[in-house]
Amino acid sequence: MKKTDKTTAVVNKIIPFSSVDGPGCRTAIFLQGCNINCRYCHNPETRALCSACGDCVRACPGGALQRARAAGGGLRILWDREKCLGCDTCIRICPYGASPKVRVMTPSQVMERVRRQIPFIRGISVSGGECMLYPEFLTELFTLARQEGLGTLIDSNGTIPFRDHPDLLEVSDGVMLDIKAFDSGDHERITDAPNARVLDNALFLGERGKLYEVRFVIAPHLYDCEKSTEAAGRFLRDIYQDHPFRIKLIACRPMGVRKEYADFRSPSKEYLERLREVLSRMGYREIIMI
Amino acid sequence: MRDISMERVNTTRQEILDIIKSPTLTHEQKMVCLAGKADSLLEVMDLPEGLDELLNAPIETQCICDLNEGHAPMRPRYIAPDYEKFLKNGSAFLQLEPPTDLFEALNALLIIYKHVPSITNYPVYLGQLDDLLEPYIDTVDEKTARKLIRLFLLQVDRTILDSFSHADIGPKPTRAGLYILEAEKELEDAVPNLSLKYEEGVTDDAFMLSAIDCALHSAKPSFANHLMFRRELTDRYVIASCYNGLPLGGGSYTLCRLILGNIAKRASGIEDFKTRELPRVMEIMAAYMDERIRFEVEESGFFEHNFLIREGLVERERFTAMFGLVGLAEAVNILLEKEGRKGRFGHDQAANDLGVEIMEVIDAFNQAHVNPYCEVTGGHFLLHAQVGIASDVGVTPGTRIPIGEEPEELIDQLLVLSRFHHYFPSGTGDIFPIDVTVHRNPEYVLDIIKGAFRKDLRYLSFYSSDSDVIRVTGYLVKRSEMEKLDAGNAVLQDTTALGLGASKNGKILERKVR
Repeated sequence: MKKTDKTTAVVNKIIPFSSVDGPGCRTAIFLQGCNINCRYCHNPETRALCSACGDCVRACPGGALQRARAAGGGLRILWDREKCLGCDTCIRICPYGASPKVRVMTPSQVMERVRRQIPFIRGISVSGGECMLYPEFLTELFTLARQEGLGTLIDSNGTIPFRDHPDLLEVSDGVMLDIKAFDSGDHERITDAPNARVLDNALFLGERGKLYEVRFVIAPHLYDCEKSTEAAGRFLRDIYQDHPFRIKLIACRPMGVRKEYADFRSPSKEYLERLREVLSRMGYREIIMI
Repeated sequence: MRDISMERVNTTRQEILDIIKSPTLTHEQKMVCLAGKADSLLEVMDLPEGLDELLNAPIETQCICDLNEGHAPMRPRYIAPDYEKFLKNGSAFLQLEPPTDLFEALNALLIIYKHVPSITNYPVYLGQLDDLLEPYIDTVDEKTARKLIRLFLLQVDRTILDSFSHADIGPKPTRAGLYILEAEKELEDAVPNLSLKYEEGVTDDAFMLSAIDCALHSAKPSFANHLMFRRELTDRYVIASCYNGLPLGGGSYTLCRLILGNIAKRASGIEDFKTRELPRVMEIMAAYMDERIRFEVEESGFFEHNFLIREGLVERERFTAMFGLVGLAEAVNILLEKEGRKGRFGHDQAANDLGVEIMEVIDAFNQAHVNPYCEVTGGHFLLHAQVGIASDVGVTPGTRIPIGEEPEELIDQLLVLSRFHHYFPSGTGDIFPIDVTVHRNPEYVLDIIKGAFRKDLRYLSFYSSDSDVIRVTGYLVKRSEMEKLDAGNAVLQDTTALGLGASKNGKILERKVR
């Protein structure tokens, strides 16, 4: 499936009430497609766009998938929500890390799905995949959300420069930014991408008060988390003084992780507690461990 | 008084002996059961024609249920004394002077609780505790105040042996309210049941977050839509027992319930149900309630002689009655099936619409029925979505969506509920077990409560999916106590047995976790 228009996005799913994607109760929107390749990605089916190879059509036990020619002439997979058994066979067998269970949607279509949750939600959060692959879409969606009095947060891996998208930042409350490792070599080993832009984004957003949350994924089997957390803590300390943000320490867990990368043990609570202590000593106040 | 058969006398004698020999009832529980058996031998009320067949039937066919109120009610079912007046005036009957400090205030309350009757023989209303205690909070230092309140709550749990005992706090944040929340969070006890009356703009967020934190540890408080209740019942209302909105300084004479699913079984279709079967059963139930009220007011002597009346802590004119119902979900599903139409209550627009139509019929009936002793509510009963009893099988409480059939998304469930809560000033409510990750985001629950109350939901309860104290249907029990009872041991509180029954018959441990 190709992005046909700048102001549409491929939507993997919409969670009406999320308690883990920012403050309060929010509708979380997951966009399809990612530009990096985290070994511990726990929803790997959101990484790629569908190439319409048709493997899943043959494997689907419910007959819910069909290969058909789209309006533009290209092939695409059609997903019948009614017939779908929810067994996720399609996702498991996809050789590309994609999902046929997606929808191309405009910002107003997404907003229609969000409106149903008003007044139970205080805002929306957009995640992925990597939602910053759709900056124009986000700008439009957030503009619509703000008209309804909703908050707007971006969940990003930080590899796309926010300084190139001032219009989007204008309508965003802030960004929840992953720093997957402070050392660029580590970052590259974990994700296939260096982290210079991530760190630049952290400072850029932090200085403007647009850094809502910084997340460290704690995966001791992949990198030295103690060293990394401490270095990142030192790096961010100056901007924290003027514009405090929340820090989330996320224990890496094997659930959903691709089989070849899933053979590891989650860090213990005590380990996380130790990292929290390191940050807390540096003056960081709101630190959440999950 | 009418005669009864010797056969019935002998059956009752055998039941009495069984109670006396029971290995799992405590002494106090035996006394209550024995009193119930004595009362069951009386026939003093003038019962409406047709009642017997609808009332005295097994749960598969029973259409009217009087919730064990007995044959000669000697006091109103629910009594909500004006404890503020009691603390202000003291009590001649109890030989108590008005308290002057927190020690005396808590002591006075613990004394009067022993003397407030109800259907359970324990007080179902313990007062608006924050407002009652706040005036005394500065009579001791903070540490002492916290300790006294904690000991008070501990004593309530260990001596008021029934979790239908209900205390209220809110809507304004107070120190007393905060100390209560902090103590309950640590105690994790089943008694008292606790409601926080919430009104956006009056109750501040910080106080609410303390309350939510407490709820995720101890399954209380529940949250009551203060704006909605005070519009219907004025500011002088209480939440008592499970979640019953009632006039302060009064209460409810009686609560009977329609078992809607079984009434639907008797009907040939929707029209027959709405115009013939349901109205007929409602007529009989209302007549039965009228007669129970008449006996209480005119014959029982309660309203002439009880000290609560004599000292003005309750007034006869502030009592009303609760016209209850259960099983709207079953009624809708049965009727749709009889009509050969598709749809399940809670999931399909047509099914939910039918639910609303049925509620309109019941509401209209209640608005047209007049009882001379319900002046406080305009001469009418108040509708009540009853939470079910332990022996219910295949009966969904009130207008809830059956456990196991909850919509996948909480938003869909809330939008269905918002169509039904407004019918029930004397109480309805829904319960949501919450995933533990929300412990790190209590504002998630806060947002849902705010949104729900804007959408006219009335009453919401939350508990953590891994908590020992859980909400059964409206009252609280400890899982650990249910396990003891299930293993054949006697347990302190009588509601534990009800919880155990409900966990076996009502699937209450299988609610969808949110």
